[in-house]
Amino acid sequence: MDSVLSLILIIITAIFVNNVVLAQFLGICPFLGVSKKVDTASGMGVAVTVVLVIATAVTYCIQKFVLDVYNLEYLQTIAFILVIAALVQMIEIVLKKTMPALYQALGVFLPLITTNCCILGVAILVIQKDYNFLEGIVYALSTGIGFLLAMVLFAGLREQLEMVEVPKSFRGVPIALVTASLLAMAFMGFSGVDGGLKILFGL
Amino acid sequence: MVAVLTVIALVAGFVLAYVNSVTAPQIEKINAENLAAGIKAVMGSDDILVSDPEEIDAFTSYSVSDAQGASLGKAVVSTSNGFGGPLKVLVGFDNEGTIKGYTVLEHAETPGLGAKAGEWFQDKILGKNPGSCNFTVSKDGGDIDAITASTITSRAFLLAIQNAYDKIIAGSDATTSATTQAKEAHQCGAEGECADCQAEGAECDSTHASKGEGKDCCGKCKE
Amino acid sequence: MVNGIIKENPTFVLLLGMCPTLGTTSSAINGMSMGLATMAVLIVSNLIISLIKKLIPDMVRIPSYIVVIASLVTVLQMLIKAYAPDVDKSLGLFIPLIVVNCIILGRAESFAAKNGPVASIFDGIGIGLGFTLGLTSLGAVRELLGTGAIFGQTLWGESYGMLMFVLAPGAFLVLGYLIVLFNKIFKKA
Repeated sequence: MDSVLSLILIIITAIFVNNVVLAQFLGICPFLGVSKKVDTASGMGVAVTVVLVIATAVTYCIQKFVLDVYNLEYLQTIAFILVIAALVQMIEIVLKKTMPALYQALGVFLPLITTNCCILGVAILVIQKDYNFLEGIVYALSTGIGFLLAMVLFAGLREQLEMVEVPKSFRGVPIALVTASLLAMAFMGFSGVDGGLKILFGL
Repeated sequence: MVAVLTVIALVAGFVLAYVNSVTAPQIEKINAENLAAGIKAVMGSDDILVSDPEEIDAFTSYSVSDAQGASLGKAVVSTSNGFGGPLKVLVGFDNEGTIKGYTVLEHAETPGLGAKAGEWFQDKILGKNPGSCNFTVSKDGGDIDAITASTITSRAFLLAIQNAYDKIIAGSDATTSATTQAKEAHQCGAEGECADCQAEGAECDSTHASKGEGKDCCGKCKE
Repeated sequence: MVNGIIKENPTFVLLLGMCPTLGTTSSAINGMSMGLATMAVLIVSNLIISLIKKLIPDMVRIPSYIVVIASLVTVLQMLIKAYAPDVDKSLGLFIPLIVVNCIILGRAESFAAKNGPVASIFDGIGIGLGFTLGLTSLGAVRELLGTGAIFGQTLWGESYGMLMFVLAPGAFLVLGYLIVLFNKIFKKA
């Protein structure tokens, strides 16, 4: 029971309290770059979530069964980034062959994901936080959902912004950043919720 | 093509292995130095001998003695859950369990709020004994003022110290029952030895120190 | 070189490397250390890639660059851990994440792969300085508004600080306004 509760805690913390984009500043490039329309934003969000879960599973195994065993911890960064790059390529090829429809929807985002720092960031964080395999996967999944949530909310706001007159110097990125700031402020309302839940769950 | 990539990867691997072999001892040395400096700071003395670490449950305890070998007390590394993540403190106790000093080793608290724990509690807990003082924030009926707007950090911080005291100091010798009794007898600033002070009209609140450093609590209260 | 500081300033114009830009600039000194760390990697990676570009077949270009950059970042990470542990503490996760900073791979691909070693070094210095200046100014403004201090020197005291600027929303807000300011000053046309 305790382990189920702690998983729930991980999920809520990763989605709301420590939102990957708005509190941890990971994955900002796609957050600003592909958030003009809700469709593309949600596509990117889903693609990131999928890659995030698979990449975390693979990097976790590499860390535990290769790097730790042979005392090669110092190769962590290089091993993880190569695995992530290769993985993204593989997912792209597999999707193209087996699920052309999905590839049509997600394909354009895949090459961008390699340099999305939230993938490498989460892979390293899972090791640093000393999660077990299941917790790591759940953490990766909920981080992805948190990313998706932030993307969709932000894209919704930006669609509305298109319809208003913005001062010239603010057009484009600056107004987006100010909007992101307000969204981050809203998410700050969640801070401390994890501590409360922890007490509630008796962990 | 594959050959080139392999060569690059091999070269990179060798370079990293080399740099790692150079820096690894240095990293260890720095960690050890930091720990030694931290222990000196929390024990309030430069001239000390520190024993090998002793792992007790989640705590790491170091017995500290002066240059002549007389025991000065213990320095304990203790962790609790703060607002933003684990809060790791190093706290120094003298032989009676009175706090000589502390330092925050690791934290993920809000900058400007909870992160103030490093200085905030310096004048609030030094010279106090978790055995006789109520180490919870005043909001929860304790004797220590919480950091403004950071009750959760403060709770976590005090809990870490109380746990360290309970496990390492109170649990390590036969005086456990004595300390518990003492705690019941003179709550920090309530009854017991401090009754005198109150009789003399001095406010005896959480600012007084319990026995230690040659001053009894009444002496401190009168100040 | 000047190009990298103003016309192609990575922070305010190209908007590259946004994660460390926002994540590490809670104070001027943190922003500056991040900027300098990135600059060091950028200069060396530009140099190495411009030297070995002829040996690398086109097919494995990107993976080779990634290996080079990742090794440099790991070396830097170990050096920082060994000789500047305070920097390691305050930058934390963002040091290994220099690998995925688009500035570095971007410059390798668009400049170092086409130019000689000397030009590549200067390109690295220029872009690196631009990035460092961007991060330092962002960190300075946030620190000043948030804590009333700059580079740790108290100006008007913490009691007048607006904490929000040190926290997440402040990062987005200050960057937004700095870009507006930058556009106003340098993009008169």
